[in-house]
Amino acid sequence: MMRILLVGNPNVGKSALFSRLTGTHIIASNYPGTTVEFTKGYLKLGDERAELIDVPGSYTLEPDSKAEEVAVEMLKEGDLVIDVVDATNLERNLNLTLQLLERQTPVIVALNMWDDTRHRGVNIDVAKLEEILGVPVVPTAGITGQGIGELVRRLPEAKVSKNARTYSSSDERWGKVGDIVSQVQSLSHRHHRWYESLEDASSHRLGGIVIALLVLFAIFWFVRFAGEGIIGYVAEPLFEWLWTPLLAKLSFALGAGGFWHDVLIGKLIGGEIDYFQSFGLLSTGLYIPLAAVLPYIVAFYLVLGILEDIGYLPRLAVLMDTIMHRLGLHGYAIIPTILGFGCNVPGIMATRILESRKQRFIAATLISIGVPCAALQAMIVGLVGKQGVGYVAMVYGSLFISWVIIGLILNRAVKGFNPELLVEIPPYRLPPLRVIGEKLWLRVSGFIKEALPIVLGTVLVVNILYNLGAFDAIANIAAPVLTGLWGLPKETITALVIGFLRKDVAMGMLAPLALTAKQLVISSTVLAMFFPCVATFVILARELGVRDLLKAVGIMIVAALIMGSLQNLVL
Amino acid sequence: MYQNEQLTLSEMKTGQTGTVIGVLGGHGLVRRLDALGVRPGKKVTKISSTLFRGPVTIRVDNARVAVGFGMARKILVEVDKHPSRAS
Repeated sequence: MMRILLVGNPNVGKSALFSRLTGTHIIASNYPGTTVEFTKGYLKLGDERAELIDVPGSYTLEPDSKAEEVAVEMLKEGDLVIDVVDATNLERNLNLTLQLLERQTPVIVALNMWDDTRHRGVNIDVAKLEEILGVPVVPTAGITGQGIGELVRRLPEAKVSKNARTYSSSDERWGKVGDIVSQVQSLSHRHHRWYESLEDASSHRLGGIVIALLVLFAIFWFVRFAGEGIIGYVAEPLFEWLWTPLLAKLSFALGAGGFWHDVLIGKLIGGEIDYFQSFGLLSTGLYIPLAAVLPYIVAFYLVLGILEDIGYLPRLAVLMDTIMHRLGLHGYAIIPTILGFGCNVPGIMATRILESRKQRFIAATLISIGVPCAALQAMIVGLVGKQGVGYVAMVYGSLFISWVIIGLILNRAVKGFNPELLVEIPPYRLPPLRVIGEKLWLRVSGFIKEALPIVLGTVLVVNILYNLGAFDAIANIAAPVLTGLWGLPKETITALVIGFLRKDVAMGMLAPLALTAKQLVISSTVLAMFFPCVATFVILARELGVRDLLKAVGIMIVAALIMGSLQNLVL
Repeated sequence: MYQNEQLTLSEMKTGQTGTVIGVLGGHGLVRRLDALGVRPGKKVTKISSTLFRGPVTIRVDNARVAVGFGMARKILVEVDKHPSRAS
């Protein structure tokens, strides 16, 4: 099968084009480095099927980060390259184009962001550009779909350019680029759009900080408001009205007890099904992912998607740079960190946009220790929140302090270098609602598909272990640490152990234990820090290697031991 | 005839425009900047700076690039006499 590669600078709209060309939706965002791993899809070329690969963005064919290395490796295996060029930044993009033309792979150029050229006052003579480059050039707009049909139609015309030559130095190549640009591009007056004036405000010395604080406050407020709202007005009523009567009938039919009743419905609390405490597959097993967690997932990913597509995150990275340098990172590490608040797995994968091994180790370790995923957070807010907002703040405060202190220590302890921030800041864009909606659906359905089976499996495992009496054995072994250091009843160990499978289910296991507010704060902090969940564990092993994974896990265990003990002493 | 003022990117004032005349750094730094289109001969406008020696944001052609403070100190710019309204 023919293999087509989408190659280009970061943030020129490759992922949006990919979605258009294949009909397979993938995450596209308005910041450099959204795609850190290649994505495969298929498209029809006449009667044949061709494989299309979305390659991580790269400025040159001499890689600087792991994501760029992936890009260069991929190039060796392509039969045809679609070079995606940002028409509003012709000069810089053509530098990569010339490098691509030097290779013996057929190339076609997609002159993307074509819809943006007019208000930016950029006029490009496409026919002339095509003539000079010696390969087809097609204006496209990934967001609106303009030019996509033309691009597909002309794919067979892609060829190895006759005009291509090898340049002896970067300067010589830039010289040629400048020559091309002066022949095909003319600039006229640009029309500012209203939101472009925000660009200056959000990168102003003080204004930027004020805006960042407002944005962060608005995120927390919105996620909490929307999450609680969906739970209170949609999820809970649906369960109460539709699901509880059915379960009650099933419970009655099963005789209100026995093995199958315990597994499917769980223990009745005061003769009734309690969605937090019963712990059956059909009660707690469905309630936790669908009613307690899903509403927060929807709220969080809605806000994240909007921030990503507007293009705010790289500006936040600039503001955070000085602080992040103290932690052995640079500002751009804030993007994997924010993704980690949704789920640690994509967060840790996104650490590939960082340049050095030291940065990637520190960033991944800090995410798994100090950044609770949305599922865990939903349960923390739900359970600890019942005791008062102050206690939730204590959990977040403890995690934040651990994140900072461990970062400060790792910055000194880990060998390697921490390069400076150097990143392109994308223009603000107003994302169409359809794009926001599709992206939200992609992430939410991904959560349901991936999390629901694991949650159900975990609830099943809990029931089996409980019936076998395995938890009692573990509880007795772990008792000295739990009661001695953390002041927790020995039964909480079951939750910590199950935390390896799913942390939201583990939080759910704390519900029937009648813990005091202080014990709840300690146990949820420890649960967040102590050990990564299995999905995070696997991705850490893949991204860091087994040695560094073991180091990271060691750090987590020690940090949780210390933090839990301190909380026990201080609170 | 005046000799135009030469400043590093970190010393330039917000709003000033100038021409990059050199990068006082190793090969790696020169290459990273080069890839982003920041190289001798290019017109750059300083858009903003960040408190506590944070990154400097500049405009090169139609792109905005954030440059770490340490790097900004190594980029030498000949500042235009009259602040041009490059955009």
